[in-house]
Amino acid sequence: MKIEILGTGCAKCKALEEATKQAVAQSGKFAQIEKVEDIMKIMEYGVMSTPGLVIDGKVVSTGKLLSVAEIVDLIKAY
Amino acid sequence: MPHGEKLSDALNFFIYDTVKILFLLTTIIFAITLLRSYFSTEKVRVYLSKRHEYTGNVLAALFGIITPFCSCSAIPLFLGFLQARIPLGVTFSYLISAPLNNEIAIAMLLTMFGWKVAALYIGFGLMVAIVGGIVIGRFGLEKEILIEVKPIEGEIHAENQVIAFKTRLSEAWDYTLDILQKIWLYVLIGVGAGAFIHGYVPTEFITSIAGGDNPFAVPLATLLGVPMYSNAAGVMPLIEVLTSKGMLMGTALSFMMAITALSLPEAMILKRVMSLKLIGIFFGTVTLGIIGVGYLFNALL
Repeated sequence: MKIEILGTGCAKCKALEEATKQAVAQSGKFAQIEKVEDIMKIMEYGVMSTPGLVIDGKVVSTGKLLSVAEIVDLIKAY
Repeated sequence: MPHGEKLSDALNFFIYDTVKILFLLTTIIFAITLLRSYFSTEKVRVYLSKRHEYTGNVLAALFGIITPFCSCSAIPLFLGFLQARIPLGVTFSYLISAPLNNEIAIAMLLTMFGWKVAALYIGFGLMVAIVGGIVIGRFGLEKEILIEVKPIEGEIHAENQVIAFKTRLSEAWDYTLDILQKIWLYVLIGVGAGAFIHGYVPTEFITSIAGGDNPFAVPLATLLGVPMYSNAAGVMPLIEVLTSKGMLMGTALSFMMAITALSLPEAMILKRVMSLKLIGIFFGTVTLGIIGVGYLFNALL
Protein backbone atom coordinates (compact mmCIF):
# COMPACT_ATOMS: atom_id res chain seq x y z
CA MET A 1 0.00 0.00 0.00
CA LYS A 2 1.26 3.43 -0.87
CA ILE A 3 -0.08 6.52 0.86
CA GLU A 4 0.67 9.97 -0.50
CA ILE A 5 0.13 13.28 1.24
CA LEU A 6 -0.40 16.13 -1.20
CA GLY A 7 0.59 19.55 0.04
CA THR A 8 2.75 22.50 -0.81
CA GLY A 9 4.16 22.89 2.68
CA CYS A 10 1.39 24.53 4.67
CA ALA A 11 1.02 23.80 8.38
CA LYS A 12 -1.99 21.56 7.85
CA CYS A 13 -0.09 19.46 5.30
CA LYS A 14 2.66 18.73 7.81
CA ALA A 15 0.09 17.90 10.47
CA LEU A 16 -1.62 15.48 8.08
CA GLU A 17 1.68 13.75 7.38
CA GLU A 18 2.23 13.26 11.11
CA ALA A 19 -1.31 11.97 11.62
CA THR A 20 -0.87 9.55 8.70
CA LYS A 21 2.31 8.12 10.19
CA GLN A 22 0.55 7.50 13.48
CA ALA A 23 -2.46 6.02 11.71
CA VAL A 24 -0.33 3.56 9.75
CA ALA A 25 1.41 2.48 12.95
CA GLN A 26 -1.96 1.96 14.64
CA SER A 27 -3.53 0.11 11.75
CA GLY A 28 -0.72 -2.44 11.81
CA LYS A 29 -0.58 -2.48 8.02
CA PHE A 30 2.51 -2.04 5.99
CA ALA A 31 2.37 1.14 4.00
CA GLN A 32 4.81 3.40 2.29
CA ILE A 33 4.21 7.06 3.07
CA GLU A 34 5.28 9.76 0.67
CA LYS A 35 4.89 13.52 0.86
CA VAL A 36 4.18 15.07 -2.54
CA GLU A 37 5.18 18.71 -2.70
CA ASP A 38 5.57 19.12 -6.43
CA ILE A 39 2.67 21.28 -7.50
CA MET A 40 2.41 19.70 -10.95
CA LYS A 41 2.07 16.21 -9.46
CA ILE A 42 -0.61 17.50 -7.10
CA MET A 43 -2.46 19.01 -10.04
CA GLU A 44 -2.36 15.69 -11.88
CA TYR A 45 -4.50 14.24 -9.12
CA GLY A 46 -7.05 17.02 -9.77
CA VAL A 47 -6.74 18.22 -6.17
CA MET A 48 -7.22 21.94 -5.59
CA SER A 49 -7.64 22.17 -1.87
CA THR A 50 -4.64 20.94 0.05
CA PRO A 51 -3.82 18.89 2.03
CA GLY A 52 -4.94 15.87 0.07
CA LEU A 53 -4.63 12.21 0.92
CA VAL A 54 -4.08 9.58 -1.77
CA ILE A 55 -4.11 5.82 -1.20
CA ASP A 56 -2.65 3.74 -4.05
CA GLY A 57 -3.30 6.47 -6.57
CA LYS A 58 -6.88 7.21 -5.47
CA VAL A 59 -7.76 10.55 -3.87
CA VAL A 60 -9.60 9.81 -0.62
CA SER A 61 -9.68 13.26 1.00
CA THR A 62 -9.04 16.89 0.06
CA GLY A 63 -8.79 20.15 1.93
CA LYS A 64 -9.03 18.58 5.36
CA LEU A 65 -6.79 17.77 8.26
CA LEU A 66 -8.04 14.29 9.07
CA SER A 67 -7.76 12.87 12.57
CA VAL A 68 -5.66 9.77 13.18
CA ALA A 69 -8.83 7.71 13.73
CA GLU A 70 -10.30 8.87 10.40
CA ILE A 71 -7.14 7.89 8.52
CA VAL A 72 -7.12 4.48 10.23
CA ASP A 73 -10.70 3.99 8.98
CA LEU A 74 -9.69 4.99 5.45
CA ILE A 75 -6.74 2.60 5.49
CA LYS A 76 -8.88 -0.27 6.78
CA ALA A 77 -11.70 0.45 4.35
CA TYR A 78 -9.27 0.29 1.49
CA MET B 1 -17.90 58.62 41.13
CA PRO B 2 -14.81 57.32 42.98
CA HIS B 3 -11.91 56.29 40.80
CA GLY B 4 -12.12 52.58 41.68
CA GLU B 5 -15.76 52.41 40.70
CA LYS B 6 -15.05 54.06 37.36
CA LEU B 7 -12.36 51.53 36.58
CA SER B 8 -14.56 48.58 37.51
CA ASP B 9 -17.27 50.10 35.35
CA ALA B 10 -14.91 50.29 32.36
CA LEU B 11 -13.71 46.77 33.07
CA ASN B 12 -17.29 45.53 33.19
CA PHE B 13 -18.00 47.16 29.88
CA PHE B 14 -14.85 45.70 28.33
CA ILE B 15 -15.67 42.17 29.55
CA TYR B 16 -19.30 42.42 28.51
CA ASP B 17 -18.33 43.71 25.07
CA THR B 18 -15.69 41.05 24.41
CA VAL B 19 -17.94 38.22 25.56
CA LYS B 20 -20.70 39.52 23.30
CA ILE B 21 -18.37 39.86 20.32
CA LEU B 22 -16.74 36.48 20.81
CA PHE B 23 -20.13 34.80 21.19
CA LEU B 24 -21.47 36.37 17.99
CA LEU B 25 -18.25 35.60 16.13
CA THR B 26 -18.41 31.95 17.17
CA THR B 27 -22.01 31.64 16.02
CA ILE B 28 -21.49 33.34 12.66
CA ILE B 29 -18.21 31.63 11.79
CA PHE B 30 -19.75 28.27 12.70
CA ALA B 31 -22.79 28.92 10.49
CA ILE B 32 -20.68 30.06 7.51
CA THR B 33 -18.31 27.11 7.84
CA LEU B 34 -21.17 24.63 8.02
CA LEU B 35 -22.79 26.15 4.94
CA ARG B 36 -19.50 26.08 3.08
CA SER B 37 -18.97 22.39 3.70
CA TYR B 38 -21.59 21.83 0.98
CA PHE B 39 -19.53 23.63 -1.67
CA SER B 40 -16.12 22.47 -2.79
CA THR B 41 -13.73 24.26 -5.10
CA GLU B 42 -13.58 21.08 -7.19
CA LYS B 43 -17.30 21.29 -7.90
CA VAL B 44 -17.07 25.02 -8.60
CA ARG B 45 -14.34 24.32 -11.12
CA VAL B 46 -16.53 21.85 -13.03
CA TYR B 47 -19.37 24.36 -13.03
CA LEU B 48 -17.24 27.34 -14.12
CA SER B 49 -15.48 25.43 -16.89
CA LYS B 50 -18.76 25.35 -18.79
CA ARG B 51 -19.30 29.13 -18.66
CA HIS B 52 -18.05 31.94 -20.85
CA GLU B 53 -16.45 35.21 -19.87
CA TYR B 54 -18.70 37.79 -18.14
CA THR B 55 -21.19 35.17 -16.88
CA GLY B 56 -18.10 33.33 -15.67
CA ASN B 57 -16.77 36.45 -13.94
CA VAL B 58 -20.04 37.05 -12.12
CA LEU B 59 -20.41 33.41 -11.06
CA ALA B 60 -16.76 33.12 -10.03
CA ALA B 61 -17.11 36.19 -7.79
CA LEU B 62 -20.29 34.75 -6.25
CA PHE B 63 -18.66 31.37 -5.64
CA GLY B 64 -15.84 33.22 -3.89
CA ILE B 65 -18.30 34.02 -1.10
CA ILE B 66 -19.49 30.50 -0.41
CA THR B 67 -16.41 28.39 -0.93
CA PRO B 68 -13.71 27.97 1.69
CA PHE B 69 -10.40 29.62 0.85
CA CYS B 70 -6.99 29.88 2.43
CA SER B 71 -4.02 31.63 0.88
CA CYS B 72 -2.03 28.38 1.15
CA SER B 73 -4.29 26.80 -1.48
CA ALA B 74 -4.14 29.79 -3.84
CA ILE B 75 -1.66 28.07 -6.20
CA PRO B 76 -3.40 24.70 -6.65
CA LEU B 77 -6.61 26.64 -7.12
CA PHE B 78 -5.15 29.01 -9.69
CA LEU B 79 -3.54 26.22 -11.71
CA GLY B 80 -6.57 23.98 -11.29
CA PHE B 81 -8.85 26.58 -12.80
CA LEU B 82 -6.55 27.13 -15.77
CA GLN B 83 -6.27 23.37 -16.22
CA ALA B 84 -10.01 23.29 -16.67
CA ARG B 85 -9.64 25.97 -19.39
CA ILE B 86 -11.35 28.60 -17.26
CA PRO B 87 -10.27 32.00 -18.66
CA LEU B 88 -7.59 33.91 -16.73
CA GLY B 89 -9.94 36.83 -16.03
CA VAL B 90 -12.60 34.53 -14.55
CA THR B 91 -9.94 32.85 -12.41
CA PHE B 92 -8.92 36.25 -11.07
CA SER B 93 -12.52 37.19 -10.29
CA TYR B 94 -12.51 34.18 -7.98
CA LEU B 95 -9.05 34.94 -6.55
CA ILE B 96 -10.18 38.47 -5.67
CA SER B 97 -13.56 37.52 -4.25
CA ALA B 98 -12.53 34.52 -2.12
CA PRO B 99 -10.20 36.21 0.39
CA LEU B 100 -12.31 39.38 0.37
CA ASN B 101 -15.33 37.42 1.51
CA ASN B 102 -13.58 35.35 4.13
CA GLU B 103 -15.52 34.14 7.15
CA ILE B 104 -13.64 36.25 9.68
CA ALA B 105 -14.27 39.52 7.82
CA ILE B 106 -17.96 38.77 7.29
CA ALA B 107 -18.44 37.65 10.90
CA MET B 108 -16.66 40.74 12.25
CA LEU B 109 -18.69 43.04 10.00
CA LEU B 110 -21.98 41.48 11.06
CA THR B 111 -20.97 41.66 14.70
CA MET B 112 -19.61 45.18 14.77
CA PHE B 113 -21.60 46.99 12.06
CA GLY B 114 -24.75 44.97 11.46
CA TRP B 115 -26.11 43.37 8.31
CA LYS B 116 -26.44 46.55 6.23
CA VAL B 117 -22.74 47.37 6.21
CA ALA B 118 -21.89 43.68 5.79
CA ALA B 119 -24.17 43.54 2.74
CA LEU B 120 -22.63 46.71 1.30
CA TYR B 121 -19.16 45.30 1.83
CA ILE B 122 -20.06 42.04 0.07
CA GLY B 123 -21.89 43.87 -2.73
CA PHE B 124 -19.07 46.29 -3.48
CA GLY B 125 -16.54 43.47 -3.01
CA LEU B 126 -18.33 41.49 -5.72
CA MET B 127 -18.18 44.53 -7.96
CA VAL B 128 -14.42 44.85 -7.51
CA ALA B 129 -13.98 41.11 -8.16
CA ILE B 130 -16.14 41.08 -11.31
CA VAL B 131 -14.75 44.28 -12.85
CA GLY B 132 -11.19 43.49 -11.75
CA GLY B 133 -11.37 40.02 -13.32
CA ILE B 134 -12.76 41.38 -16.59
CA VAL B 135 -10.06 44.08 -16.75
CA ILE B 136 -7.25 41.59 -16.06
CA GLY B 137 -8.75 39.25 -18.67
CA ARG B 138 -8.60 42.07 -21.25
CA PHE B 139 -4.82 42.46 -20.94
CA GLY B 140 -4.09 39.07 -22.54
CA LEU B 141 -1.58 38.06 -19.89
CA GLU B 142 -1.61 34.30 -20.37
CA LYS B 143 2.12 34.37 -21.19
CA GLU B 144 2.86 35.79 -17.74
CA ILE B 145 2.05 32.45 -16.15
CA LEU B 146 5.34 30.81 -15.30
CA ILE B 147 4.22 27.20 -15.24
CA GLU B 148 2.99 25.39 -18.29
CA VAL B 149 -0.53 24.24 -17.55
CA LYS B 150 -1.70 21.15 -19.37
CA PRO B 151 -5.44 21.35 -19.95
CA ILE B 152 -7.43 18.38 -18.74
CA GLU B 153 -8.66 16.29 -21.65
CA GLY B 154 -12.33 15.45 -21.94
CA GLU B 155 -14.95 15.81 -19.25
CA ILE B 156 -13.85 17.22 -15.91
CA HIS B 157 -15.57 15.72 -12.93
CA ALA B 158 -15.50 16.16 -9.18
CA GLU B 159 -15.68 13.32 -6.70
CA ASN B 160 -18.93 13.41 -4.81
CA GLN B 161 -18.06 12.94 -1.18
CA VAL B 162 -20.98 11.87 0.94
CA ILE B 163 -20.53 13.32 4.41
CA ALA B 164 -22.96 12.79 7.28
CA PHE B 165 -24.54 15.92 8.75
CA LYS B 166 -23.13 15.02 12.17
CA THR B 167 -19.63 14.94 10.70
CA ARG B 168 -20.20 18.31 9.04
CA LEU B 169 -21.31 19.77 12.37
CA SER B 170 -18.30 18.49 14.27
CA GLU B 171 -15.90 19.54 11.51
CA ALA B 172 -17.39 23.03 11.35
CA TRP B 173 -17.11 23.28 15.13
CA ASP B 174 -13.45 22.19 15.14
CA TYR B 175 -12.71 24.72 12.43
CA THR B 176 -14.50 27.49 14.33
CA LEU B 177 -12.47 26.76 17.47
CA ASP B 178 -9.33 26.75 15.37
CA ILE B 179 -10.11 30.23 14.01
CA LEU B 180 -11.10 31.58 17.42
CA GLN B 181 -7.79 30.43 18.85
CA LYS B 182 -6.04 32.41 16.15
CA ILE B 183 -8.01 35.62 16.45
CA TRP B 184 -9.24 36.06 20.03
CA LEU B 185 -6.18 37.99 21.13
CA TYR B 186 -6.44 40.37 18.17
CA VAL B 187 -10.10 40.93 18.97
CA LEU B 188 -9.24 41.76 22.59
CA ILE B 189 -6.49 44.15 21.56
CA GLY B 190 -8.75 45.73 18.95
CA VAL B 191 -11.61 46.26 21.38
CA GLY B 192 -9.19 47.60 23.99
CA ALA B 193 -7.57 50.04 21.57
CA GLY B 194 -11.03 51.02 20.36
CA ALA B 195 -12.07 51.80 23.92
CA PHE B 196 -8.93 53.91 24.33
CA ILE B 197 -9.63 55.92 21.16
CA HIS B 198 -13.23 56.26 22.21
CA GLY B 199 -12.20 57.77 25.49
CA TYR B 200 -9.07 59.76 24.69
CA VAL B 201 -8.72 60.67 20.99
CA PRO B 202 -10.72 63.79 20.09
CA THR B 203 -13.30 63.48 17.33
CA GLU B 204 -11.94 66.53 15.49
CA PHE B 205 -8.60 64.77 15.08
CA ILE B 206 -10.14 61.74 13.37
CA THR B 207 -12.51 63.83 11.26
CA SER B 208 -9.63 65.92 9.98
CA ILE B 209 -7.74 62.81 8.83
CA ALA B 210 -10.46 60.39 7.79
CA GLY B 211 -13.50 62.61 7.41
CA GLY B 212 -14.92 64.41 4.39
CA ASP B 213 -12.36 67.23 4.55
CA ASN B 214 -9.47 65.06 3.45
CA PRO B 215 -9.77 64.17 -0.26
CA PHE B 216 -6.93 61.64 0.04
CA ALA B 217 -8.49 59.72 2.93
CA VAL B 218 -9.66 56.85 0.68
CA PRO B 219 -6.35 56.08 -1.11
CA LEU B 220 -4.49 56.57 2.16
CA ALA B 221 -6.75 54.11 3.98
CA THR B 222 -6.41 51.62 1.10
CA LEU B 223 -2.61 51.76 1.04
CA LEU B 224 -2.50 51.41 4.82
CA GLY B 225 -4.77 48.38 4.63
CA VAL B 226 -2.73 46.33 2.16
CA PRO B 227 0.01 45.20 4.59
CA MET B 228 -2.47 44.49 7.41
CA TYR B 229 -3.65 41.16 6.08
CA SER B 230 -3.78 38.94 9.14
CA ASN B 231 -5.22 41.35 11.63
CA ALA B 232 -8.68 41.90 10.18
CA ALA B 233 -10.14 40.65 13.45
CA GLY B 234 -8.27 43.27 15.44
CA VAL B 235 -8.73 46.14 13.01
CA MET B 236 -12.53 45.91 12.65
CA PRO B 237 -13.31 47.03 16.25
CA LEU B 238 -10.98 49.97 15.67
CA ILE B 239 -12.77 50.96 12.48
CA GLU B 240 -16.07 50.79 14.27
CA VAL B 241 -14.88 53.39 16.75
CA LEU B 242 -13.29 55.48 13.99
CA THR B 243 -16.55 55.58 12.00
CA SER B 244 -18.48 56.59 15.09
CA LYS B 245 -15.99 59.43 15.44
CA GLY B 246 -16.32 60.83 11.95
CA MET B 247 -14.48 58.48 9.58
CA LEU B 248 -16.58 58.25 6.41
CA MET B 249 -18.11 54.86 5.70
CA GLY B 250 -16.63 54.66 2.18
CA THR B 251 -13.16 55.25 3.59
CA ALA B 252 -13.82 52.56 6.19
CA LEU B 253 -15.03 50.10 3.52
CA SER B 254 -11.91 50.74 1.39
CA PHE B 255 -9.73 50.15 4.42
CA MET B 256 -11.43 46.85 5.30
CA MET B 257 -11.34 45.60 1.71
CA ALA B 258 -7.67 46.45 1.33
CA ILE B 259 -6.92 44.47 4.49
CA THR B 260 -8.68 41.31 3.34
CA ALA B 261 -8.34 41.31 -0.45
CA LEU B 262 -4.63 41.94 -0.83
CA SER B 263 -2.10 40.16 1.27
CA LEU B 264 1.66 40.10 0.94
CA PRO B 265 2.00 36.40 1.87
CA GLU B 266 -0.42 35.57 -0.94
CA ALA B 267 1.70 37.61 -3.35
CA MET B 268 4.81 35.71 -2.23
CA ILE B 269 3.03 32.40 -2.80
CA LEU B 270 1.72 33.44 -6.22
CA LYS B 271 5.22 34.47 -7.29
CA ARG B 272 5.97 30.80 -7.83
CA VAL B 273 3.43 30.54 -10.65
CA MET B 274 3.06 34.01 -12.11
CA SER B 275 5.39 36.81 -13.13
CA LEU B 276 5.84 39.92 -11.00
CA LYS B 277 4.22 41.86 -13.81
CA LEU B 278 1.02 39.83 -13.52
CA ILE B 279 1.02 40.09 -9.72
CA GLY B 280 1.58 43.83 -10.08
CA ILE B 281 -1.36 44.18 -12.46
CA PHE B 282 -3.49 42.02 -10.17
CA PHE B 283 -2.69 44.10 -7.08
CA GLY B 284 -2.86 47.38 -9.00
CA THR B 285 -6.28 46.63 -10.48
CA VAL B 286 -7.72 45.55 -7.14
CA THR B 287 -6.24 48.57 -5.33
CA LEU B 288 -7.72 50.96 -7.89
CA GLY B 289 -11.07 49.14 -7.66
CA ILE B 290 -11.11 49.43 -3.87
CA ILE B 291 -10.22 53.13 -4.00
CA GLY B 292 -13.01 53.62 -6.55
CA VAL B 293 -15.49 51.92 -4.23
CA GLY B 294 -14.47 54.23 -1.37
CA TYR B 295 -14.93 57.42 -3.40
CA LEU B 296 -18.17 56.18 -4.95
CA PHE B 297 -19.61 55.34 -1.56
CA ASN B 298 -18.53 58.60 0.06
CA ALA B 299 -20.02 60.53 -2.87
CA LEU B 300 -23.34 58.67 -2.68
CA LEU B 301 -23.89 59.20 1.03
